[in-house]
Amino acid sequence: MSTLALPLRATAGDRVAHVALGGVALVLLLFLAGPLLAVLQQSVQNADGRFVAFANFISYAKTPALLQSLWNSLWVAGVVTLVAVPAAFWFAYALTRSRMRLKPLFRGITLIPLLAPSLLPAISLIYWFGNQGVLKGWFGLDQIYGAPGIVVAEIFAVFPHALMILVTALATADARLYEAADSMGTRAARKFFTITLPGAKYGLISAALVVFTLVVTDFGIPKVIGGNFNVLATDVFKLVIGQQDFQRGAVVALLLLAPALLTFGVDRMISAKQTAMLTARAVPYRPKRVRWFDALMTSYCVIIALLVLAMLGMALFASFASFWPYNLKPSLRHYAMGLFDAEVGEGFVNSLRMAAGTAVFGTALVFVGAYLLEKTQGAGPLRSGVRLLAMLPMAVPGLVLGLGTIFFFNAPGNPLNGLYHTMALLTLCTIVHFYTTGHLTAVTALKSLDAEFEAVSASLKVPFYKTFWRVTLPICTPALVDIARYFFVNAMTTISAVVFLYSPETKVASIAILNLDEAGETGAAAAMAILIAAASAVATFLFWLLSLWIERRTQAWKAE
Amino acid sequence: MEQALQRQVGTEKVVVSAFLKLQGIEKRFGSFTALKGVDLDIAKGEFVCFLGPSGCGKTTLLRIIAGLEAQSAGTLHQGGRDISRLPPAGRDYGIVFQSYALFPNLSVADNVAYGLVNRKMPKAQVRERVGELVKLVGLPGSEGKFPAQLSGGQQQRIALARALATKPGLLLLDEPLSALDAIVRVHLRQEIRSLQRQLGVTTIMVTHDQEEALAVADRIVVMNQGAIEQVGTPMQVYRDPATPFVADFVGRINVLPATLESGDRVRIGATSFHCPHAHAPGGDVKIYLRPEDVLARPIQPGDANVFDASIDKIEFLGSYCLVRVQSPALGEHRLTVYLSLNFLAEQRLEVGGRLPLKLLPDRMRVFEG
Repeated sequence: MSTLALPLRATAGDRVAHVALGGVALVLLLFLAGPLLAVLQQSVQNADGRFVAFANFISYAKTPALLQSLWNSLWVAGVVTLVAVPAAFWFAYALTRSRMRLKPLFRGITLIPLLAPSLLPAISLIYWFGNQGVLKGWFGLDQIYGAPGIVVAEIFAVFPHALMILVTALATADARLYEAADSMGTRAARKFFTITLPGAKYGLISAALVVFTLVVTDFGIPKVIGGNFNVLATDVFKLVIGQQDFQRGAVVALLLLAPALLTFGVDRMISAKQTAMLTARAVPYRPKRVRWFDALMTSYCVIIALLVLAMLGMALFASFASFWPYNLKPSLRHYAMGLFDAEVGEGFVNSLRMAAGTAVFGTALVFVGAYLLEKTQGAGPLRSGVRLLAMLPMAVPGLVLGLGTIFFFNAPGNPLNGLYHTMALLTLCTIVHFYTTGHLTAVTALKSLDAEFEAVSASLKVPFYKTFWRVTLPICTPALVDIARYFFVNAMTTISAVVFLYSPETKVASIAILNLDEAGETGAAAAMAILIAAASAVATFLFWLLSLWIERRTQAWKAE
Repeated sequence: MEQALQRQVGTEKVVVSAFLKLQGIEKRFGSFTALKGVDLDIAKGEFVCFLGPSGCGKTTLLRIIAGLEAQSAGTLHQGGRDISRLPPAGRDYGIVFQSYALFPNLSVADNVAYGLVNRKMPKAQVRERVGELVKLVGLPGSEGKFPAQLSGGQQQRIALARALATKPGLLLLDEPLSALDAIVRVHLRQEIRSLQRQLGVTTIMVTHDQEEALAVADRIVVMNQGAIEQVGTPMQVYRDPATPFVADFVGRINVLPATLESGDRVRIGATSFHCPHAHAPGGDVKIYLRPEDVLARPIQPGDANVFDASIDKIEFLGSYCLVRVQSPALGEHRLTVYLSLNFLAEQRLEVGGRLPLKLLPDRMRVFEG
C-alpha cells in the first residue's frame, strides 16, 4: 500500500480560482490591511519616522484636553445608547408583536434618515433649537450646540440602525413557546420577561454595541453641532488636518478602533449563538389583536414618526426658506447657491460617480470574493486570510480607514502614490469601508444554494466559472441588486472615510455640506443634504424597480 | 473479495480484474479518523451499496471515489487507470445527490444537457440525447419545465438523467432516495435498479436504509466507524453476518447471552441447546438469532431446541405480529418472534398465552461475548 497525503491535482479551473482569490486578497491587503498597519506604524513613531514605542500614547495621556475628549465621547455614546436602544426596541416591538395598522408606513418613515448623511439631524436641530431656532430656549435648552445637540442628533441618526437589528431579533419568535406559556395560564408580563426578552437578548446587546460604536466614531454630527465640545472623532480631524500631528492623530484613531473591535468581537460571538436558538421546526409567531395594546403601540409609533418627520421636515423647509429666519418664503436660493456658487454641483456629480463606481465595482468584488470563498476548493491559507480581511472592515471606523489610507498612500515610498487624491482611491476606500455588510449578504445568498452544484458540474466536466455564470450568478441577482443598493446609498452619504482623501477636484457632496456649514451657509448645507437624500431615494427606487423586473423574469423557475 | 468476484461470472474460475479498485483508503480530519484503511474491489456492471449508520464513513468514501474529498492515504484505480490524485473533472463518473442539486434556473432540458453542451456536441444531437434520457427516466415531454415545477421524485429522476447523460463508466448515488417519501422511495429504487441493469453501468449507492440496500444491491458493503465490517450479497449479509455489528444493523435480531458447552451445544439460561456453529468449549458467548428463525410451527415430536414459552407482549404490525415471549427455559432472557395474525387467531393466543417454540439450530450465530 502506498501512502499518499497529497491533495488532489489542481485543475486549470482551480488555478483560475486561486489567482482570482489572490486578486481579491491583494485589493483587501492594499486598501485595508496597508492603511491599518500605517496607522499602527504612525502611532509608534515620532514626526521624523523614528520608533518611539509608546511615547505618543504617554504624551496623549498627559494632555488633559485630549483626555477630556475621550471622556466626552464615552459618556455621550453611553447616553445615546441608553435612550436610542429602548426607544428602538419598543418601536420594533410594535412592528413585530402588535396588530397595529400602517406598519410599512411607520417603518418606512423611520428608515428615511439612512438615505441622508448622518449630519442631517444636526442641521435640522440647529433650525429648531439653534441661535435662530424656531423653538430656541424651549425644554430649558438655552444652548443646543455641544453635548445636548450631539446627543439628540445622534439618537435620530442611530435609531434606524438599532431598529433594523431589533426588528430582526424580534421577528424570529417561536409561537409554540407562547402557546405553551398560555396553556399554563402565564400572565403577559411574565411571558415578556421569560420568553420575549431572553429571545431578543442578543439583538439588544448587538444593537447597544452598534449604537455605541456608531456614536463614538461619528464625525459629521459633532462637527456640525458640537461647538466647543470636543470628542475623539473631531480630535482626530483637528490633530491631523489642523495641526498635522499625525502621530497623536494615529493614537486617537487607535482609541476609536477599540470600541469598534470590541463590538465586532462580541457580535461574532453572539451571532454564533443566535443561529442555534431558532430551530427549523419553529412555528412563526402571529400577534393577536388586543385593542388597548395596539392603540398604545400606535400612539407610540405616531410620536416617534412625527419626531422623525419633524427632523426631516425642518431640514427640507429650511432648505427652501429664502432667508432664515427673516424671510421664510420658499425659494431655490440655497440650492442655486450650493450647486453653482459653492460649486457643490461638481461635488454632487463626483458623489454620483463615486456611488456608481462603488456600486458596480464593489458589488463585483464582494460577490466574486464571496463566491470564491464559499464555492471553490484549495489554497487554504489564502482562503482564511481573505475570510478574515472580508470581516475586518466592520470593525474599522471610517475615520480610521480614511486616516490610514492617507498615511499609506501618501507615503513617498509607495509606488501607488499616484492614486492619492484620485477618484479611484475614494471609490476603493469606500468599497472597503462597507465591504463586510455586502460580503455577508453575498455569503448568505450563496449558502442558500445547493452545496453540490459545484460537485455536479465537476462530475460533468464543466469548469466552475461556467457554472458561476450560468447558474450561481442568475440565482443570486436579487442579492446582487441589494448589495449594489447598499453600496450606492452609503457611498452617497459617507463622510468619515472620505474626509481625509478628497482633493479640490474630487470633493464629494457630503464633504461639501461640511464645508458649507463651516462657512455659515447652513441653509445651503441643508439643501445639499436633502439633495443627497433625494438622490439616494431615487436610486433606492430604481434598484427596487430593477429587483421587481428580475423577479418577474425569474418567475418561471421560481414558480410554486 | 476474490470469491465474490468469481461468483459474478458464475462457476467458471475466471479471476476478473476489478473495475474499481480501492487500496488502503484512509481519511483523517485532524485527529479524527473517518476511514481506516479501506480495501475494496468492484467489478464492472456491479450494483454496490455502502450501508451503515450515519458517521460510519460511507459518504466520505463515496466522495473520495468522486474526488470531492482527498484521501489521506491509499490509492484508487478505475478501469486500470490510477485516479488517486485526479480532480473530479479528470475522473469518469456521474453523481446524484440526496438534494437533487438540479440547477433551479435552468429547464429540465438544459439541466440534462449541462454536461453535453460542454462537449461541443451539435445542438440537434444534444436535443436528441436529452429526449432519449428523459424518456429513459420516465418523464418524456418534461424538457421545458423547471425543477420547481416537478415533484421530489421527478426531480431525482432528472438528476439521474443528468448524471447518465455523458455515459459515465461509474454512477455514484449519495443517499438518492432519502429525501423522498416512503412510497415514491420504494418505487424509484426499483426503477433505478432496472435502469442500472438495462445500461449495465457500474453503480455505487450510499444508503443508511438496510431495506433499500437489501432490495437493490448485488453486493452490500456494511461499514462501521470508518471500517468495512462485511462485504457480501444481500443474502450473505442477512443470513451470515460476519460480525455482531452487521447482525444488529441489518434486520432485527435476538441477542442471547450463552455459555459454550462441550461439542456443538450452548447453554442459554437453564437449558442446553443444539448449535452446530458452536465449537470451542467454555467461555461466554452471544447467540444471534433472527425472529423468523424462532418457529412456532411446524414442530415435530422429538425436534431439538424446543421449549415452552408464554407471551409477554404483542405488537400488531399488520399481517404479522411482533411477539415478546419469556420462558423458564431461557432464564431471564426475553425473545422476539414473528407470528402471523392467522396463527395467533387460530391458536387463540393472547398475552399470557402459552405455546411451544423451536430455535432453528443452524441459524443460531455464535459471537464472542
